[in-house]
Amino acid sequence: MEFLTIDHVSKVYPLLDENAKKNDTFVVFKNVSFEIRQGEFLTMIGHSGCGKSTLLNIIAGFDKPTEGGVILEGREVDRPGLDRMVVFQNFALMPWLTAFDNVRTAVRQAHPDWTKSRIRDWTQKYIDLMNLRGAETKKPAFLSGGMRQRVGLARAFSVEPKVLLLDEPFAQIDALTRGSIQEELIRMWDATKNTVFMVTHDVDEAILLSDRIALMTNGPDAELAEILEVDIPRPRTRETLIDSPEYTRLRNHILHFLVKGAKRGSGAKQSGASAERSNPPPVGAPSTDRESVVQEEEDVLKP
Amino acid sequence: MRRNHKQDLAARLGPYILFVAVCVVFLSLWSVSTSTPAFNPAGLTEDELMTMEFNGDIVRDENDRYINNPEKVQGIPGPAKVMRKAREELGELFEKKGTNDHGIGLLVIYTVKRFMAGFLSASVVGICLGVLIGVSPVCYKGLNPFIQLLKPISPLAWMPLLLYSVKDPVWTAMLVVFMASLWPTVANTAFGVSTIRRDYMQVAALLEMNASRRLFGVVLPAAAPAIIAGLRISFGSALVAVVPAEMLLGELGVGYLTWIEWNNLDISGVIFAIMVVGVVGFLLDTAFGRLSEFASYPEV
Repeated sequence: MEFLTIDHVSKVYPLLDENAKKNDTFVVFKNVSFEIRQGEFLTMIGHSGCGKSTLLNIIAGFDKPTEGGVILEGREVDRPGLDRMVVFQNFALMPWLTAFDNVRTAVRQAHPDWTKSRIRDWTQKYIDLMNLRGAETKKPAFLSGGMRQRVGLARAFSVEPKVLLLDEPFAQIDALTRGSIQEELIRMWDATKNTVFMVTHDVDEAILLSDRIALMTNGPDAELAEILEVDIPRPRTRETLIDSPEYTRLRNHILHFLVKGAKRGSGAKQSGASAERSNPPPVGAPSTDRESVVQEEEDVLKP
Repeated sequence: MRRNHKQDLAARLGPYILFVAVCVVFLSLWSVSTSTPAFNPAGLTEDELMTMEFNGDIVRDENDRYINNPEKVQGIPGPAKVMRKAREELGELFEKKGTNDHGIGLLVIYTVKRFMAGFLSASVVGICLGVLIGVSPVCYKGLNPFIQLLKPISPLAWMPLLLYSVKDPVWTAMLVVFMASLWPTVANTAFGVSTIRRDYMQVAALLEMNASRRLFGVVLPAAAPAIIAGLRISFGSALVAVVPAEMLLGELGVGYLTWIEWNNLDISGVIFAIMVVGVVGFLLDTAFGRLSEFASYPEV
């Protein structure tokens, strides 16, 4: 039995547009099926609007799938819970609590039977692991974006969830801080052997962190296009990654897919739309003009 | 450097200088505009002087010369007169000289008690009601029009109805304060609760918080800035309502003091009472401001 199964999940909204006909619907994505192994770091990448955050919300239990379901260790997910902690893009810290209390609240909820001192020690452990020592008594408003997300990660890791769901966790953090938090994340993940599902549109981040990368086509009507294995030995760092030929191949493959492959004809309602898109070059194909791809990526991937 | 230092000094002392200057200008204008010239008998016949003395406008001093009668009201009293009155009143803070003649300290206590009872009970009821309305979008949309309709009604407009129903001026005065401070708190609490950021509730759901944890750990703190803003409006409105409520109902307090002094035709007393109302309001408001700092936090 697989650890976490996303089983033929579709998300469809009824159209409330005044021009819409009675039974018109808006299909965000359809028929998405994949499995996440225990202890695996799987990243989903795709353009805005492909429904990747919606899928994450469905796994978290915030949202319900229109069809299909999510099964975690043999039980269907139907509500949010402590076994699936989310790290939010906008941090979602309680601004009236200090950094320490934001984490402690989670620990207390996860372990209602623990004594106060045990909860405090456990909280302190995760504060220290995320390099938050010295910031414990500060409220989120007085922390930088990077520090806030460290608190968010400490909160999520501290309850030892079965699955960690990361919703574009580094999108609002400046590029320099991002690198060090990504390294801390990977260190924590290494230590805790958590299963992670991350959603992002940063290709480098996906390759640096993931075991596998799932690619979504453009929405509406998005589908899961393929899942790539990231066959780069760990530990990975930005420096070693740049020299890895596997990294270059993956990066080009994903960028090609995002720039060309994921595009669909506008108003593509017909089911044959997936056949129309040009296939991305196979992994290992010689890299094309890299400069232009990077340029295009920046244009396309603007948040 | 020297120049900077001078500018610093000016920036620091400026407000105090301005404060003192305004005091001096105000007091001298008040004193000049209210001073009555010494009585000058020149140009008046013996008969006219006798009539004036008979009417009590003028009296004879120890040198047998006519002066203005200090007992008789002569326009708006000046600062010196009001100061004399204040010293007199402050000298007998907690004395009871008659049913309607209680020391000013006692009057302040009556008013603050009445105010606090009305305001605090309205705050509790208002926050509870606001949370109930705010948590459900159906309730919020359905009930908000009533609040918006009830909110602008002057609390004094309720007084006849309240007096008729409770038949007790003591309770009526408190209920007027209650009505004055209820609606802003309800409206702001409901708004604050209904606009709580979705991710706070998502975190509460992730952490599997029970209903009371959600209420006291997330909903109330998240809505606290809006609730405090509502309480602040309620506070001001209650402070405004308590004075006329006392006047109209004849309940002893600093508000009623102005009316008693008016009935006594003691204008210095009226001015003194106004000042007491101002000081009491200022002290209550400062205390509330201090308290509200506790419950507020910087938004992210």
